[in-house]
Amino acid sequence: MSRRVVSILIVVAAVSAAALGYLYLTQGGTGPAAVPIGGPLHLTDQDGKPFDSASLDGKPYAVFFGFTHCPDACPTTLSEIARTEDEIGAPAKDLTTLFVTVDPERDTPAVLKEYISNFGGNTVALSGTPEQIAAAAKAYRVFYKKVPTSDGGYTMDHTAVLYLMGRKGEFRDVIAYSEDHERFVEKIKKLLAE
Amino acid sequence: MRVLRNLLILAFVGFGAAAAFAHEYKAGDLEIVHPWARATLKGSDVADGFMKIINHGSTPDRLLAVSVEFAKASQIHTMKMDGDVMKMQELTDGLEIPAGATVELKPKSLHIMFMGVNQELVPDTIVNGELTFEKAGKVKIEFMIEPAGTSHSMDNM
Repeated sequence: MSRRVVSILIVVAAVSAAALGYLYLTQGGTGPAAVPIGGPLHLTDQDGKPFDSASLDGKPYAVFFGFTHCPDACPTTLSEIARTEDEIGAPAKDLTTLFVTVDPERDTPAVLKEYISNFGGNTVALSGTPEQIAAAAKAYRVFYKKVPTSDGGYTMDHTAVLYLMGRKGEFRDVIAYSEDHERFVEKIKKLLAE
Repeated sequence: MRVLRNLLILAFVGFGAAAAFAHEYKAGDLEIVHPWARATLKGSDVADGFMKIINHGSTPDRLLAVSVEFAKASQIHTMKMDGDVMKMQELTDGLEIPAGATVELKPKSLHIMFMGVNQELVPDTIVNGELTFEKAGKVKIEFMIEPAGTSHSMDNM
């Protein structure tokens, strides 16, 4: 390889690294992303009434995608939200949590209504047609997939992240499933203070 | 000082009471420690169960099946996080308990998944179950029911 080719390769590598670094700095991190996460939600609430996320304008909200046949992530997250709201007290009244099912086949509004009654907290449980759920999941970059089980039933793989949305419905932050209670409270408090 | 001493005594008594709730079973070379399950939630007919299985022997064994009367099906599932995605997979060939090893079924990890639960599982009660191992055979056990939000096992106490 001639020295000239090597020099060109070095320049190309350096420029690529700088470009990647720039992309990382502008789009990475947990702050507001360059590509918007979220968007208007048009679904059906646990009372069978149409729900439009525009009804939450001016107030922050948290969004979690799950299902009622979920053994761990969903009950843990919903319990954690209720516990956090209790701990924060009055300021938490501003916060609404949207629990969106990724299993609309089994999770009808009636099932969801009973399910969220286990946890307390200011939660709206949302269902819809498979197409509406797919659109909502896409807007939040949520993955979900049916996994068949030997009894002829199925369980669901799904993104287990709590999305925190600001007062204008804009994406603010996420709480990962692995984050502990203190961090959970801290992030919700920050969202409420914004 | 006296208050402190009394508090210490209370703490010891409390610890003793908690430890008394741990229960275990032996079958051949296997030791099964503290099977427990989480209480059911309204609107949901699933629950999950956990335990620790210790193989004191020099040959591997395999948990092939779990059966309970309170559910239509009991399956052994893995659960892992793939990035932010929670993934569950049924182990249709059972769960190996390697020689000399301890395998722990616990929240956010390996668990028994009860599907089609047909009775309410109430905290602080006990339900019957049966484990079938390839070598150790059938073992009757009892699951202690703990509240739905419980995410620890006795070890963390």
